[in-house]
Amino acid sequence: MDKRITIAIYIVLFSFVLFLFRLWDLQVIRGAEYRKTDERNRVRVLNIPAPRGIIYDRNSKPLVKNIPSFDITVVKEDIPKDPESMSALSRLTGLTIDNIKKRLKSPSSPFEPVTLKEDISNVEVAVIEARKMDFPGLQISVVVGREYIYGHSASHVLGYLGSLNLRQLRSPEYSGIPHETAIGQFGIEKVYDETLRGKTGKKVIEVDAVGSIIKVVRIQRPIKGRDIHLTVDIDLQVEAEKSLKGKAGAVVAIEPNTGEVLALASAPSFNPNLFVRGIDSKVWRGLVNDPFKPLLNRAIQSQYPPGSTFKIITAIAALEERLVDENTTYYCSGSIFFGRTFRCWKHSGHGYVNLHKALVESCDVYFYEVAKKLDIDKLAQYAMGFGLGRPSNIPLEGEVPGIVPTSGWKRERKNEKWYRGETLNTVIGQGYLSTTPLQMARLTGAVVNGGRLYEPSILAGTGSEEPESIVRIEPKYISLIKAALLSVVTDKKGTGKAAQSDIVSIGGKTGTTQVVGGVSKKKDIPHRFKDHAWFVAFAPENSPQIAVAVFVEHGEHGSTGAAPIAKRIIEAYFTNKG
Amino acid sequence: MIDRRVINNFDWSTLFIAIVLSLIGVMTIYSATRPVLDVAQKTFYIRQLYWIGLSIMAFLILVSIDYKWYIRFSYIIFFLGVVLLVIVLVAGRKGMGAQRWIDLGFMSFQPSEFFKIFFIMAVSRYLSQIGETVSLGLRSMLKMIVLFFIVPAVLILKQPDLGTMLILMFIFISLVLVAGAKRKIIILVVVGSLIALPFAGKIIWGGLKDYQKNRIIAFIDPQADPQGVGYHINQSKVTIGSGGFLGKGYMKGTQGPYRFLPEHHTDFIFSIFAEEWGFAGSVLLFLMYLLIIVRGFDTARKARDREGCFLVLGVTFMFSYYFFINVGMTLGLMPVVGVPLPLMSYGGTALLSNFLALSMIANVRMRRFALYY
Repeated sequence: MDKRITIAIYIVLFSFVLFLFRLWDLQVIRGAEYRKTDERNRVRVLNIPAPRGIIYDRNSKPLVKNIPSFDITVVKEDIPKDPESMSALSRLTGLTIDNIKKRLKSPSSPFEPVTLKEDISNVEVAVIEARKMDFPGLQISVVVGREYIYGHSASHVLGYLGSLNLRQLRSPEYSGIPHETAIGQFGIEKVYDETLRGKTGKKVIEVDAVGSIIKVVRIQRPIKGRDIHLTVDIDLQVEAEKSLKGKAGAVVAIEPNTGEVLALASAPSFNPNLFVRGIDSKVWRGLVNDPFKPLLNRAIQSQYPPGSTFKIITAIAALEERLVDENTTYYCSGSIFFGRTFRCWKHSGHGYVNLHKALVESCDVYFYEVAKKLDIDKLAQYAMGFGLGRPSNIPLEGEVPGIVPTSGWKRERKNEKWYRGETLNTVIGQGYLSTTPLQMARLTGAVVNGGRLYEPSILAGTGSEEPESIVRIEPKYISLIKAALLSVVTDKKGTGKAAQSDIVSIGGKTGTTQVVGGVSKKKDIPHRFKDHAWFVAFAPENSPQIAVAVFVEHGEHGSTGAAPIAKRIIEAYFTNKG
Repeated sequence: MIDRRVINNFDWSTLFIAIVLSLIGVMTIYSATRPVLDVAQKTFYIRQLYWIGLSIMAFLILVSIDYKWYIRFSYIIFFLGVVLLVIVLVAGRKGMGAQRWIDLGFMSFQPSEFFKIFFIMAVSRYLSQIGETVSLGLRSMLKMIVLFFIVPAVLILKQPDLGTMLILMFIFISLVLVAGAKRKIIILVVVGSLIALPFAGKIIWGGLKDYQKNRIIAFIDPQADPQGVGYHINQSKVTIGSGGFLGKGYMKGTQGPYRFLPEHHTDFIFSIFAEEWGFAGSVLLFLMYLLIIVRGFDTARKARDREGCFLVLGVTFMFSYYFFINVGMTLGLMPVVGVPLPLMSYGGTALLSNFLALSMIANVRMRRFALYY
């Protein structure tokens, strides 16, 4: 029996040695690795979102505010994944199991919380707080949401926020931004995202097995994004949008002496509040497929022939090139033959017309006569001098340059020589010529300003003191043009009578752009074939403070479709000023 | 009754190591259950201290009575033990899916903890009565199984308490083997169980509860589902491993207080100890357990009679199995079986039963010199 006891002792000793080897393996050989696992068990790094900078209008009225919203987040590693817990989680959050699984797959490190559901109600917050113990890793995170106080207003300027897309996630520009952060995806929010964004803070915490915070190890406070002041006057902006209600079009109002944008409205618009917490795909498709393209900023992102508003440039070119003077007179019979018949909009004709009358009554034949003598490339020089044919460099995305045709342009684009007949179309703002409403507002400002063209600014304090360029024009010609533009509004035969105001003297020029040739005079044509309406305006008569361009898609006539809008905005501007 | 020579020969070492280990246990329980948030600490450690006091008294009382009396009354004690097991099943308190406790109002205890000692006493008496030189044959083996093992095993399994039943079985087999089972029988048992294993495995597998199956799956592949059944094993390994060579330091462990490791003050107390004291501390702890075990075997050899020898062998086997199964489990070397670490795990009945078991070793050792009597 002694022998058998000895065997037992050996077995015990052998087992002890075996256990010691195992202990050595766990604690010494793999100790560091387990130490790391242990830390991963309890140490979490949480992001503290930085409050985004506030955007103010020129009178320091806030246009956006940050509002806290609550998200359900989970730590992937901690959440139980058995079917039973999954269905319990599904009941708790109201999400389908598939949806939860999909969310859990989103790319992030294992211990970075994944957002399960955004923007939950206070009741949901209470329910989840109460049930938290049953779901380790489940948390409610406070997210800084964004509210656009004026809703649809200035949406094309302000833009909207959205989650980082895949390209942005990989781009170094957005590195270090937590994936759940909403960043600017359009408008000012996007262009000045880096300024507005601030710096996400970090909180290193220790948690226990159910995710309760045991202690805060280290905290790095977030840095609030910088506030931005716009040059836009929100009251004027709202007025502009009201006047475009039910229409597709754009209104741009600028300060002629600084280039500051007072209002930049595009209709129809959209509600940026829909985007903040991730836009519903159905709503998004609705916006994208809407035939009236609400996401398009018509003030800068689309270009149209300027119509008769361009006659201002033609008149300046004709005067400066000494082709006409204030007394030069042509006879308008309603049309002119130059290779083919070119009609005046007034088929009965204007009779004898000088430059003043030609602008006031918008006689086409007068400018056709000028066109016969005017070189297209010379005209283009003036057009470009006033900022047409190139982006204005307003700090908003997607600005289109417009087109100022030249002989060289035509050779390059169409591989054809320039026909003089085409100049006739161009001088009245038709043909290849196309401009954006912003360009037209800027042009108007520069003309009444004596040829000083300012780069438009939308961020207060960023405008240049000096004009971008100066077109040298004889002051007497400027006076001549200004007088004519004032008469457009005041003269009983003026095409812009609808803009006449009791409050302030307004000058302007109408424009009507043919959408389909030949049908424009008929009644009851479909909306989409109706002419576009333009009106550019300035006020007051002496040292103008505001220049406006109004464009209404299928607004039929500049005189009726656009001029009243310009009046309304200018009046609002001066009324508000007091 | 108390002989001067008995006092002179008192086995201080066994009692001393037992007290040291149980105090280390209290310290570790204290650290494992310390609150990390601003709440009051649970009083596990205080209750454990009371039980240590009670256990030391019981140890001293039992040691003072010559073990021949225990052997003499062992069959009656065994029978009373079986009665207690029946009472547990009929009127016991349920807890955590099992019915293991008898509630006495002021305290509750698990009869199966004490029954193991009663069982050892009875088997020792029986084995010692079979002739010293006669090898155990098949017939006498079967007879013993029927007499001592079948009934309590079934009763304990009913609770259900698989761990205790297995330990009872291991003690029984070990005693019989050492007592002198014929070599033929040993070979027969080994070969037979190897052949029967796949079949028995299937039957046993079918009879296992889900949580028991999961524990076996988790043991075979802890990574299979780290959040589910493998969680205990993985977290225990992380807890032990993160201690490193020197440990995180007393009261500096995190796995227990942060509740990553479940059962940290009971079955996984060793993991917490190893986290705080590292490899160095664990080796010292191992040595103390080894000392008790080897001393037990040494005492068995030196016992004045066969009764004493089997009695000490029985409790030493019991102590060893508890130690190896528990520590093996925390090290991921064995499946998770709800078996406490002797002397250190929180739990009054188990602590008391361990002290009683060790008192048997001391009892036999003190009276090893047959000459004096």
